[in-house]
Amino acid sequence: MRSLIDIQELSISEIDELIAVANDIIDNPSKYSEKCKGKILATLFFEPSTRTRLSFESAMYNLGGNVLGFSEAQSSSSAKGESVADTIKTVGYYADIIAMRHPKEGAPMVASMNTDIPVINAGDGGHNHPTQTLTDLLTIQREKGRFDNITIGFCGDLKFGRTVHSLIGAMSRYKNVKFVLISPEELKVPEYIKQTELEAKKLEYVETTSLEDVMPELDILYMTRVQRERFFNEQDYIRLKDSYILTPQKLETAKEDLCIMHPLPRVNEISVAVDKDPRACYFRQVNNGKFIRMALIMKLLEVK
Amino acid sequence: MIIGQIKDGIVIDHITAGKGMTLYNFLGLDKIDCQVALIKNADSVKMGKKDIIKIDRVIELDLDALGYLDPGATVNIIEDSKIAKRYATILPERVENVIKCKNPRCITTVEQELPHIFTLRDKENRVYRCLYCESKAK
Repeated sequence: MRSLIDIQELSISEIDELIAVANDIIDNPSKYSEKCKGKILATLFFEPSTRTRLSFESAMYNLGGNVLGFSEAQSSSSAKGESVADTIKTVGYYADIIAMRHPKEGAPMVASMNTDIPVINAGDGGHNHPTQTLTDLLTIQREKGRFDNITIGFCGDLKFGRTVHSLIGAMSRYKNVKFVLISPEELKVPEYIKQTELEAKKLEYVETTSLEDVMPELDILYMTRVQRERFFNEQDYIRLKDSYILTPQKLETAKEDLCIMHPLPRVNEISVAVDKDPRACYFRQVNNGKFIRMALIMKLLEVK
Repeated sequence: MIIGQIKDGIVIDHITAGKGMTLYNFLGLDKIDCQVALIKNADSVKMGKKDIIKIDRVIELDLDALGYLDPGATVNIIEDSKIAKRYATILPERVENVIKCKNPRCITTVEQELPHIFTLRDKENRVYRCLYCESKAK
């Protein structure tokens, strides 16, 4: 059966199909309440998470299925030194589908190579987070009604932010998308992402350290947190963590239909005062995450 | 300088000058007990200078690894003092346990049994990336 490790494994038409199903679930939830009756989702979270794990579990319950799993590595046999491959071979006997988060990059791919049931990458270190990208795409579709002809700004930690890398890859497949990359010098988008996703596809992008300078041209502003857990050096984290704080004042020059997104959790990079602004979409984005995961679970389990 | 003919064995020819020792070490030729000759800076009409390795026995060779280490080298299998087979190495699509992933966040750093697999992502610039974490080979 098929897994989802990287958003690039899904074609644009498959993404469109998932978004269509998610929108139908939002409109007609009762139609889907027993689609996965008798099926079990294993949520294997080797790293802490609130939204992703709970949204996967909520998604499966809303489809009439059941959930088992663990929420930290310490409560699994990996604390005893068990390999990912062995853990997955075991879980494969107990569940129909796996959602897995792991601090090491590539761990979900190793998992998918060691089981016959579908594995969904729920985040692997600073690498990929495809279901967040699907959530982001559903949000963009619902808020903006299109993927083409958009100027999207990414702000904050663009080096370790896996959601940023995945969304750049996904948006690079649409027409006339302009990328504005706003970060401190130390947290710029890695060269290989720029080369493979932007330069090789001859897409327009600019890099800047100033959010204020580019604010008026943005259709979407995707804020990110500077992630403490990605730094080996605490001093570097402290120096960079407050690089960008979005406030109502900074939004004064923004478009009236700007869509402000954030994969959450936030620390202080978006002032709470911004939450009241109708352009703040990040909590609607959280809600969308559950519906797109419902659509994805159904697709991978081949449930019609 | 005269190196004797091989009756049954392997000649790795057209090695980029200076890379012979890298291939010698990678193939573990210091550990085998037959005659091995490493010729450095041999004259070559095509290449100017080249390295050559002669092995006086047929051993198993990872042509993909050779292709990664020195694309363009040729491998001649010698039987009864004649060339029985000839392979031109090319940049392989995938190499296994030839390059080690250096990314400290990669799953291969904690799962010791995993093979280190790299795939060719940019042929023009010879860029290989880790199958698991996509880090560039260094």
